[in-house]
Amino acid sequence: MFKGTIIAKEAAKGFEEIQDMAGTIGINGTAHSLPADPRTSLLDFLRHDLGLTGTKKGCDHGQCGACTVIVNGMRINSCLTLAAMHEGDRVTTIEGIGGPDAPSDLQHAFMAHDALQCGYCTPGQICSAQAMLAEIAEGWPSDATADLTSEATFSDEEIRERMSGNLCRCGAYANIVAAIRDVARGRADATV
Amino acid sequence: MQPFELVRAPSPSDAAQLTKDEHTRLIAGGTNLLDLMKLQVETPSRLADISRLDCAEITDTPDGGLRIGALVTNTATAVHPRVRQDYPVLARAILAGATQQLRNKATTGGNLCQRTRCFYFTKIDQPCNKRDPGSGCSAIEGVAKLHAVLGTSDQCIATYPGDMAVAMSALDAEVHIMKEDGTERSVPVRDFHLLPGDTPWRENELGRGEMITAVTLPPPVGGAHYYRKVRERSSYAFALVSVAAVIEIEGGVFTRADLAFGGLAHKPWFDPAIGAVLLGKAADDALFDEAADVLLQSARGFGENDFKIPLARRTLRAVLTQAVEDAA
Repeated sequence: MFKGTIIAKEAAKGFEEIQDMAGTIGINGTAHSLPADPRTSLLDFLRHDLGLTGTKKGCDHGQCGACTVIVNGMRINSCLTLAAMHEGDRVTTIEGIGGPDAPSDLQHAFMAHDALQCGYCTPGQICSAQAMLAEIAEGWPSDATADLTSEATFSDEEIRERMSGNLCRCGAYANIVAAIRDVARGRADATV
Repeated sequence: MQPFELVRAPSPSDAAQLTKDEHTRLIAGGTNLLDLMKLQVETPSRLADISRLDCAEITDTPDGGLRIGALVTNTATAVHPRVRQDYPVLARAILAGATQQLRNKATTGGNLCQRTRCFYFTKIDQPCNKRDPGSGCSAIEGVAKLHAVLGTSDQCIATYPGDMAVAMSALDAEVHIMKEDGTERSVPVRDFHLLPGDTPWRENELGRGEMITAVTLPPPVGGAHYYRKVRERSSYAFALVSVAAVIEIEGGVFTRADLAFGGLAHKPWFDPAIGAVLLGKAADDALFDEAADVLLQSARGFGENDFKIPLARRTLRAVLTQAVEDAA
């Protein structure tokens, strides 16, 4: 797995120069070279370097969730991580979840339930919800889970707690919960 | 952000060695450090990436406890079957903090080292003895709702903001630290964080040339576990007051009462005298007040945070009342 590669020049022992490293990051199934400037957040890398502007910059401080993407299956705030630290990682953005021609079940549900007004938070909401449904399927508890040792169960209270990292300034929360609830039920029915 | 070079530390001892340079910071999850770098509260000239070092596992210890690697994410700890089964106070505390996105990145070591959320600390145009020693403390007569009521000094009234370490204090966990020469030392979590005193910039026992490698939990302690966190909204907010408790009651009498408190001080607050008041005595409201008296005997508010003193009393009473009801 980790080969101990080095990202930038370091005079101390055991370090190599960046040029020696074939560093790439996988975005929606395509490998891209890592940015040269280590300051580049994953969010800025996606938007500025790759033109993947579906991922949004809201607060840039991990407070709003508009920048949520899925890295190796885990949802994170792309504003609070350096792109250069994601060598070899697999990133899924909203563009990788679906587009106008082939929207995902969550994207369909957000439209059907009018789960947005301005839409700025929506890509982050959908990436977050996509990972959140997988977390519940794994049986991971949340702060709203009554019994830590039993399987997590699906409820509106669980959705609200688990989605608390995604703010919606338009206040479309009720319909966001409804959209996610629909998809969760749909997926559960599909697996019966 | 100020320009910096990014290197990968090949091993924990190399990482420890790199920290001897005062302008180098270790980065793992980065959720706190990068935030502070954007605000220019932190302006390191070098970041040493430790995120891929071999410290990301949770393993059983020979005595039946649990070793949580420094790079284990908060999520991985909170969902671990043994943490949920044997140390639920820890799972509860972690799940009560931040958001899933942040917990997926935040690590055990980074969480122990996270910086205060004092408004003045994070605004570089404001005086702050922690960020800029000798410049003064703006919070003492300023916006201080989140601030400390215990263990403050005339230099600093900031709080340690985390939840995880509060539960680890109740559990009497141990922090393992590697030095640059590869040797290790350990410090009880209860002693890891420091009070501000005259050196508010020194927040914990970690010195230059050291890196946290793990936290170990003792063998399962039994009892009923509680983490009660009072905050300004029901999710994604820092604690105004939190209580981590491991309680055993037999025949209406406390036989175990390990209590630690968050949101009240520059460190998770643990005072064995609080639990000692309860041990061997019949649980009633008068006894709960006696314990709260010990907790709050030296408490001092700074205006905006005066409410924390009665709030801490009520929160402790609520946890103990719940424990008595659950034991009945």
